[in-house]
Order: sequence, then structure tokens, then C-alpha cells
Amino acid sequence: MLGGELAATLGRNKLRTLLTACGVFWGVYMLVVMVGIGKGLQRGTDRNLGGLSRRAIFVWSQRTSKPHRGLQPGRYVRFQNDDITVLERIPGVIHVAPRLRLGGWSDAQNVTAGARSGLFSVRGDTPALLQVEPVEVTRGRFVNPRDLTERRKVAVIGADVRAILFEDADPIGRCLRIRGVNFQVIGEVVSYRPGNEAEHVRASIFVPFSTFQAVFDAPNRVGWFALGLAPGVPAEPVEQKIRAALVARHRIHPEDKDAIGSFNVAERFDRVESLFRGLEVFLWFVGTLTLLAGVLGVSNILLITVKERTREFGIRKAVGATSANIVSMVVREALLLTTLSGYVGLVAGVGTLEVLSMVVSRRDEAPLAQPEVEFGVAVTAMLVLVATGVMAGIIPAWHAARIDPVEALRNE
Amino acid sequence: MSPSPGAVVRLEAVSKTYRSGKEALAVLKNVDLRVERGEMVAIMGSSGSGKSTLLNILGILDRYDSGAYYLDGRLIRNLGEREAARFRNRFVGFVFQAFNLLAFKTALENVALPLYYRGVGRRARTRDALEYLERVGLSGRAHHRPAELSGGERQRVAVARALVTQPELLLADEPTGALDTQTSYELMDLFEELNAAGLTVLIVTHEHDIAERAHRIVRLRDGRIEHGDPTTTDEGHPPPNGGFPPC
Repeated sequence: MLGGELAATLGRNKLRTLLTACGVFWGVYMLVVMVGIGKGLQRGTDRNLGGLSRRAIFVWSQRTSKPHRGLQPGRYVRFQNDDITVLERIPGVIHVAPRLRLGGWSDAQNVTAGARSGLFSVRGDTPALLQVEPVEVTRGRFVNPRDLTERRKVAVIGADVRAILFEDADPIGRCLRIRGVNFQVIGEVVSYRPGNEAEHVRASIFVPFSTFQAVFDAPNRVGWFALGLAPGVPAEPVEQKIRAALVARHRIHPEDKDAIGSFNVAERFDRVESLFRGLEVFLWFVGTLTLLAGVLGVSNILLITVKERTREFGIRKAVGATSANIVSMVVREALLLTTLSGYVGLVAGVGTLEVLSMVVSRRDEAPLAQPEVEFGVAVTAMLVLVATGVMAGIIPAWHAARIDPVEALRNE
Repeated sequence: MSPSPGAVVRLEAVSKTYRSGKEALAVLKNVDLRVERGEMVAIMGSSGSGKSTLLNILGILDRYDSGAYYLDGRLIRNLGEREAARFRNRFVGFVFQAFNLLAFKTALENVALPLYYRGVGRRARTRDALEYLERVGLSGRAHHRPAELSGGERQRVAVARALVTQPELLLADEPTGALDTQTSYELMDLFEELNAAGLTVLIVTHEHDIAERAHRIVRLRDGRIEHGDPTTTDEGHPPPNGGFPPC
């Protein structure tokens, strides 16, 4: 009887009910679509910034430009193994990946495997690299701690390296030769990053950091550092601490900005991130206001309905309805109207985002990636809806409860 | 003075004054009234005589300023909103001139409505509502909406709704006001039948032929009862339970 009663009440004026429902539908639809697109923009930017390395700082050594403690300017700073432990102790730093590269920045090494050969970049790395570089192991494994301690002559190769040296064959267990030294292939990797960065990884060979130092005559040397920062820690002060630690250890003049180079990806990422956070707040704000407008519509219509139904409420009171009965009845009507139309809006919004997602997923470099509403957002939207539904019902319900049955039933 | 067990309604010096701004309008002035169990009483009076207000007070829809109203021995005064609703639901059945059925509900649903507010389960509601529709001779029209029923049928549905809670008192406010003579008499037949079965009936009317079918007529003029000695009846019908003990 209850469900039927509500349905009958709302069904009595179908057009008005429909128009009212439209307000709430549109509010929820806009909220979902806007927040979803905001999320998609964020994901798209994330992807273009390159996955895991978002909160990373890169530090490399350069030449000094100021004399310090009797040392002439122009000296080339060399990072050492001890720097690793020093950097690991800096608060906010959670991953330290020391890196080496054979030859200069853009040098490629002639690497052979049987009769085949190719020019590839050769790097010395530790397992920590996986924490700061968006590298995915597609075959075998990456360098592990035992490779480091035992200085194993093993190599992880990029997908392009495998294609050139081994074609489509499984490269695991095969040998390749770098500067006259044989390495056994243990894994294959690709990069999450888009564009150039990914190509670099695909054309690279990764060997254990310690093996690199021993075999390629770089004892106690670190080319550069890739550092991962803890989430939520401001990146700029951490970068300053890293630089200060290295300046102190390598007898560099404190004012000498040229001796050490650094690139703070985390700082840039944080800036973009806060932009998106602002965007998200803004979208929620606008969406909620739209929803509120819809809810006010529901409230208004219900108020008019209550005025029209004065006699009905009078009758209900005469046969024994309490004010509480009347309030709960009107609030239930409001709730039914808002949640039903809001739910339809939610479904339509999610549907729209799905279609949008299908369209943009065909384009790799699109600024939008996976626009979608997380489950939590949907739940929040539904909760907001229920709360606003009750709110929409309260004023009309109060008016309905105040109806005097004597007045309402007066014969005219 | 303790309420006698036989009196369903006992008003003692009940007064009611409406105030609008500085003007005060006394609608009821020291009204005394007894209605015994099983009586059928007509209240007559011109418009403005206070009969509607009296009915509203008797039906616990309105409050009174002074005096005392006992309904089935219970003092009805300064009830909370919730309690008033509960008493209305339990002890009083209303029949109105304009029927006051809910247009979007079927006859059956209309009759079941008071039981819904009493918290009766759906199955029992439907069963009881059907039983009372049958009693007013409308079981065949249970699933019709008021618009599909004649005036007489609508008023019978309203009577069934008033009876479904098994009230102590049936209050009818100009129940025949919207009916033609033939249908009016049929409704009065129904009231007499119900009264004969033990129901106490109080009818407000301005139609003499309707009032004359009651055991007793109480006349209201300017908020006072004209001929309302509870131990006599205007028309000479003896009350069903014989004489009453003097006050």
C-alpha cells in the first residue's frame, strides 16, 4: 500500500513530476560527467608525465665553477657509493636509485649477439630503479639484490634490443656481448612512458650496478641518482637537502650552483596535481550547486503539491494520521523523487563517460585518459542525493503537518 | 462526579471562544450534553449556531477552552497531537457531507486507510475493509475509485471507513447534505441499522426529516443548547436502554 500510495501521489501529475525529476537528473548527470572528465584530464596528464616517476628527483654531477678549500674551479664532481647511504637517510626520500651509463649522454654501444649486432645504450642499475622509473618487465625478471652482491654478468634488455638481436625468439638465457664482456639475458622490459622516453628504454640494456662498476672500469662511481619521494612530502625542500648533502660531501663551494645538476619532476608534478585538485573542488562545487538547484525545484513543486492536497492531509488526520505520519509521507515522496531521478542521472553520466572513454582510448596522446567515476564518487553522489532529498522534503512536510483538519475539511 | 459507564459522550459546561484580533466570538457557551451508549442523536441548528465546532470538539479535531469532555469515560482535554490522533483513530468515526474520500484510491483502500494509521498489517487491513464494505452493501464496488461511484455509494464507502476501526461513536456532519431524498433515506436506513446493532450515532443536520429519525434532537442556538435535557427526547422516542439516572 505504501509504495502504491507514493507512486499514485507522484503519478497524479505526470508531467510536473517528470519536469521536477529532470532538475535532479541534470544535476547528478552534470556532477558525474564533470568530475569524471576532470579525473580523465588528470589521468591523461599523469600518463603524459610518465606514470611512476611522478614524484622523482634526478641529480647528476657537473663541473665546479667556484674555488673551494684550495680546489680549483672546473673540477669534475664524482658521486660515489657512499653517497647512496647518505641520500637514503634524507627524510622524505624513500627510494635511491644510483645509475651509470656507458659512454656519454647520447653514446650508444655496439652490442653483439652471435652474428647480429646493434647500437644500444648500456646502463648500470639497481632494483630501486623500478620504484622511480615507469618500467614494466614483460619477460623474465629485472636486476635483483643477489645480482648486485654477486656481481653477476646478467642483462635486462629493452624490447627493441630483443627485436634486433634475437628477433621474435625468447631472449631469456641467450648471451650478448658488450665491450668484449659476455652477459646473459634475464629479462625484457618496456616503458610506461609515452613517446621518446619509451623509445630510450626500449633501446637500452640494463646490467647490475655493481657488475657495471667492476666490468666497465668505474669503481666506486655513480653517474647520477634517481630519487623517489614519499607521497605528500613537499618536493622543493627535499631537493635542497639532497643538494646540500652532496655539496658538503664533495667539497663544493656552498654558493656553487653549477657543480650539481638536478631536475625536480616531483615539484612539477605537485604543481599540476594541485591544479587538478583545485579543478576537482571547482567541479564538485559547480555540480553540487546544479544539483541543489534541482533539489530546490523538487522542494518547490512538493510545496505546491502540499497546498493542493490540503484536503487530503485533513482527511488523513481525521482518520488518525499523526503529524509524524504526514511528515514521513511527504519526505518519502521527496526522497523517492530525488533518488530515482538522481539514480537515472548517475547511470546516464557513467554511460556517457564510458562512451567518452571508448572514443579517447583509441588515441594514445589524447589529453583525456579513462574518464570515469570511481566507486567512491558514485557513492558520495548518491549520499548527497539522499541527504538533499530529505532536505527537499522537510519544508513541504512541515507545511503539510501544520494543516489543521478542521480548516481542511470545512464544507464549502 | 465520576463518569457513568453508560455515557459515551458527556460534555460539562464546555465553552469555546474564537479570537480574531481584539474581537472575541463565543461559539459555545457552557454546553452540557450526554449521549448514552446506543443512542442516535441529531444536532440541529442554523449556521453559526456552533454545531460544527461542537462536532469538531466531539471528534477531537478541535480543542475547547473550559469545561470537560468525557469520551467513553476518558477526559479529553489538552491532548498532545499524537494522542489526539490516536484517540480519533480508535474511538471516533467521521462521515462528512462532502464524503472526503481520497480520489486516487479505490473504495477498498479508502476504507483501509484508518487501519494503516493504526499500524494494522496489509493483509488484515484488506480483510477488515472488505468486511465493512460488505456491511454497507458495497463489496462489489471495492476496486472502484470514488469518481466511478454514485453519491450514495461514496457516502456508504465513507461510512465503512468510519466503522472499520470499530469506534465508540459515529459522528456524521450533514451526511445527507449532498444526497437526493431517496438516497438520504437509504443512508438513514443504514444508520438506523448500525444503531440497532449497538453503535452510538451523532448526526449534525439542518434537515428536519433527517433529524426526526433520531431518538432525540438537540438544538443549538448561539452556542447554547435550547432543548437539550438529556433525560427527555424531543420526539418521544424512548432511548434504547430505557431511562437514565439523573445527573
